[in-house]
Amino acid sequence: MKVYLDNGATTKVAPEVVKAMIPYFTEQYGNASSLHGFGQAAKEALDNARAVIAKRINAEPEEIIFTSGGTESNNLAIKGIAYAHKDKGNHIITSKIEHPAVLAACATLEREGFKISYIDVDKEGFVKLGQLEKTITDKTILVTIMHANNEVGTIEPIKEIGEICKKHKVIFHSDAVQSFTKVPIDIKKINVDLVSLSSHKIHGPKGVGALYIRKGIKIKKLADGGGHEFRIRAGTENIPGIVGFAKAVELVKEKDIQHMTKLRDTLIAELLAIPHTQLNGSKKERLCNNVNISFHYIEGESLLMSLDDNGIAVSTGSACSSHSLTPSHVLMALGLKAEIAHGSIRFTLSKYTTEKEINYTIKIVKEVVEKLRKFSPLAR
Amino acid sequence: MYTDKVMEHFRNPKFLRKMKNPDSIGKVGNPQCGDLMWVYIKVGKKDNKEIIEDISVETFGCVAAVSSSDVLCELALGKTLEEAEKISRDDIIKELGDLPPIKRHCSVLAQEGLQKAIWKYRESKKR
Repeated sequence: MKVYLDNGATTKVAPEVVKAMIPYFTEQYGNASSLHGFGQAAKEALDNARAVIAKRINAEPEEIIFTSGGTESNNLAIKGIAYAHKDKGNHIITSKIEHPAVLAACATLEREGFKISYIDVDKEGFVKLGQLEKTITDKTILVTIMHANNEVGTIEPIKEIGEICKKHKVIFHSDAVQSFTKVPIDIKKINVDLVSLSSHKIHGPKGVGALYIRKGIKIKKLADGGGHEFRIRAGTENIPGIVGFAKAVELVKEKDIQHMTKLRDTLIAELLAIPHTQLNGSKKERLCNNVNISFHYIEGESLLMSLDDNGIAVSTGSACSSHSLTPSHVLMALGLKAEIAHGSIRFTLSKYTTEKEINYTIKIVKEVVEKLRKFSPLAR
Repeated sequence: MYTDKVMEHFRNPKFLRKMKNPDSIGKVGNPQCGDLMWVYIKVGKKDNKEIIEDISVETFGCVAAVSSSDVLCELALGKTLEEAEKISRDDIIKELGDLPPIKRHCSVLAQEGLQKAIWKYRESKKR
């Protein structure tokens, strides 16, 4: 049995999405900037897709900028705001649990002379709001805090963060790559000025994403070129990708969210029934498809590879599977002991995940954990 | 990422277990770094020389750590103490086919675990 439970990394492209994209490779392959019929057909597809994305967050179409994905959206938002507003101040606030795309963009700005503050989170992964407000100074030009965490699934209180930012007149960006279509965002109700979105986390193609930029917010473009995307993001638009992205958004239905939530809760309950395990992140304010569990006394990579041997694909916050030797910065920020963080596994579901797959996963995890604990010197 | 040989040892380790009444235990690594190995040895005599009569390891660690532990035991079993303490990380890596550069320290840990077990055994004999 093959079970894909790494949908937080990427997802299968929905067949309906593939079907919607194909004509834009083979027939309507025009450049959306061209005046002829081919070009205008591409332009129409682009406009329609923009309207679909905008509607999903209650924005205006001209507030949506298509990009190559979440990483570019985060870079454009953070560096674009920093460079456009540096005459007002050089201070940026973020959190300790952001995606590497946000942390690395901030680190680059730090090397260029900007000051970055990293807000702590509590043991469930919620950003400390009091600390955030106290950290804002008259030099603060941007707050960038994610909507939902990619590793532990905690949904941040972005409404409250938005209110703090509004009160202090600071621009607020949120990386919503993991939460988009799973947790509703209404930008007319939430004071957020920029939002990063991605296609491949929601059964759309890779290589396409978007950045919502509230009307009137000044931003500096990062790449020079033509006047595409309202002069904010140069480069011929990836029409098939953009069409696929919009189709993927249209396909997400409320029942998918309920389906994932139900299976997620079964998986959490059954895995926590294994002795010496713990759930990381929040039980209540949690992404509908995220399960992050620490299995004490065993190391995450060994568990991951053993599950892979049984056809189950997951990911780990253990350092041993990545390129560094320190465990996940997110789990450490939540206050986990390093040896516990090393034994953490993330299971991320999709609308295609079945009950049968979840039951199989539970059975295999139990077997493998027992096998690995048998020769662990920590299991006493 | 891993060679077939590494995965073979990881899937079916022959020496990964706790030993009852060992003559010595070499404890190395640090769980905070994600690696901990306890190397157990039983020392016997053959042709008037002390040899590794039995060996096993308990390991908390990644695939490379588990496989390195198992290969270490395979290489050390039946060897004289002098021969066993000369087993190097390169011997272990060679036996595994290869290890990714970032995982080489796991083979070092296994080697150090055995050396520590032998050293502790000799210390205990002095008393």
